[in-house]
Amino acid sequence: MSQIAGTRARLVWAVNLAALLLVLLWTVPTFGLLVSSVRDRDQIAASGWWKAAFPSTASAFVRAGGADTAVQEGDLWVISGTVLEKGQRLDAWGVTSRAPEAYRPGETAALKDGQSLTVAADGSYRLTSPTAFAGGRGMRIFVTTTVPPRVTTENYARVIGAEGLGQAFLNTLTVTIPATVIPILIAAFAAYALAWMEFPGRALLIAVVVGLLVVPLQLALIPLLKLHNDIGIGKGYMGIWLAHTGFGLPLAIYLLRNYMVGLPREIIESARVDGATEFQIFRRIILPLSFPALASFAIFQFLWVWNDLLVATVFLGNRHDQLVMTGVLRELMGSRGGDWEILAASAFVSIAVPLLVFFAMQKYLVRGLLAGSVKGG
Amino acid sequence: MEQLSYAAGTIVTGVFGCVAWFWGSNLILDWIWPSRGAHAGTNILRANMVRPWLFIGPAILFLAVYLVYPVFDSIWRSLHDAGGRAWVGLDNYRWLAGDAKFRESILNNLLWLLVVPAAATFFGLLAAQVTDRIRWGNIAKSFIFMPMAISFVGAGVIWKFVYDYRGEGQEQIGLLNAIWTAFGHPPETWLTIPFGNNFFLMAVLIWIQTGFAMVILSAALRGIPEETIEAAILDGANPWQLFFRIKVPQIWGTIAVVWTTITITVLKIFDIVFVMTNGQWGTQVLANLMYDWMFRGAPDYGRGSAIALVIMALVTPIMVWNIRNARREMMG
Repeated sequence: MSQIAGTRARLVWAVNLAALLLVLLWTVPTFGLLVSSVRDRDQIAASGWWKAAFPSTASAFVRAGGADTAVQEGDLWVISGTVLEKGQRLDAWGVTSRAPEAYRPGETAALKDGQSLTVAADGSYRLTSPTAFAGGRGMRIFVTTTVPPRVTTENYARVIGAEGLGQAFLNTLTVTIPATVIPILIAAFAAYALAWMEFPGRALLIAVVVGLLVVPLQLALIPLLKLHNDIGIGKGYMGIWLAHTGFGLPLAIYLLRNYMVGLPREIIESARVDGATEFQIFRRIILPLSFPALASFAIFQFLWVWNDLLVATVFLGNRHDQLVMTGVLRELMGSRGGDWEILAASAFVSIAVPLLVFFAMQKYLVRGLLAGSVKGG
Repeated sequence: MEQLSYAAGTIVTGVFGCVAWFWGSNLILDWIWPSRGAHAGTNILRANMVRPWLFIGPAILFLAVYLVYPVFDSIWRSLHDAGGRAWVGLDNYRWLAGDAKFRESILNNLLWLLVVPAAATFFGLLAAQVTDRIRWGNIAKSFIFMPMAISFVGAGVIWKFVYDYRGEGQEQIGLLNAIWTAFGHPPETWLTIPFGNNFFLMAVLIWIQTGFAMVILSAALRGIPEETIEAAILDGANPWQLFFRIKVPQIWGTIAVVWTTITITVLKIFDIVFVMTNGQWGTQVLANLMYDWMFRGAPDYGRGSAIALVIMALVTPIMVWNIRNARREMMG
């Protein structure tokens, strides 16, 4: 008996460990980018994000002031300044590239021609010479510095302002909200008719809706763009609202019909007997009772429209101030491939709202998935 | 701000328009055939014949214009030249058959098709089974499910950062290369490795889709009748047997649904390839190839439409299967 208990305990451990491993695998990539988005630009390039909590060490050289910055003090010519930038701490310094860490802060190095260089711990240096300095460029001082970890919101400020993500956020919002609300209304009525009204061709219509669930959007792009141009809508918000409404309808009708069909028959029948019109039944009974399904679809459609790139690329203009966030993000990936502080912050601005919606409304999302798992992508 | 008020205006107009249509048309119907008076019986009958079409009319209009019409228009375009003027018969399809990029795309799509649904379903099943048995299972589920809310483009950025490459000797800031070099290997540019790079792109989609598979399969696993499991335990089945012999066979139907749903997503896969490699280094897929022909350089709508129809043809078997399932459910 104790043996079984032992195996069981080991199994529990294994299961917990496996779960932990999965959760780590599924969150670490996102977490890494999140950490990077609040790191200093130079630090991102200098060390991996997993070292973000530790000070980072960097080696570089600084050029001392040129001969023209020298000041005469008694019989000495002096050039002074600082080798550190804000936030850096000096670990060591040197005067040749072969021995860049030869001196501690505060020590003095004797150079040729009687010159000497002192670099203090606060980064201020003092280069003295008994004769006047010659040459234009100052000498190189090699420094090894440590930067304490720094959390900053500069990246976010920059992408929202200078990189135009603030405007793109507004554009995304402008696209998303009508494209979520309008299809719900149209679909709710259609779903009610398909669920509770008798008419010839009903079964066929349901089959068509199920079939249309999987029609690839790629097919619809050019024909619809041409159509929009022909009827004078052209590229713009009206076009993308209509397109998203059309593309979202099959799932909306399918989800809502499946839900409405499950509502108790007695309520609807007795309302009909009491002389309520179909419109009244729909508005007073069906709509309030269908709230969970409406919420499920609203979340689906919201996430789908917010995250969409293809439809927005085709149906909206391509000027920078017309792009939605996914479009800007894509543009940045091309033009700023290595600037991870920009990409990380931009990515997080664009996924912040969907993540909020996701965590707040997960219940409805799961319910919707379980009801409508026929739809793909 | 101006555009937000435009959007708000559209919502109000749209909502008002919808309500006005449904309410108004119903009102008119009741006025034409009042349900009182001399012919009340026939009037109600007549009104009830028309009313469903008032409810469903706008939806049918949208579906017809935005989904059905494009299919036929695409077929027409695929039989015409680049500008859609001259009839070229099956030339575009003949061109497809001989095009190296198209062959590459089809093969890559098939590779995606083999790997992604299988891997996502497998990890989803694993995650469902594991998270259902621990105390913090719901939190774990939330985190594994989370990528579902992230756009493909956002996921592209996240994973491109994981795959980031710095020259040899420099400090690696991409997680994968950091781990790789820690084992003494030279750093790799993962997204340019021939053939292998496809799998690094697939990882992104698997990462996104696993949560979906997990949620559905977890519900199915919990729906398995307790008695079958208890009986198996009494018969001395070990946990592996219990899982593969008892549980999995009972949820085959759900596994099939998950598999086909992910398959459809895979067939249409576009954004991930578009933003991460743009089809370079042997990673082209159908949807991105189509985008190239339709929107890059000199557009060729004939060839683009032909490629889109190939995607449609690949989706069709699943579409038929879904319709048959839906019909069976309605009958039963």
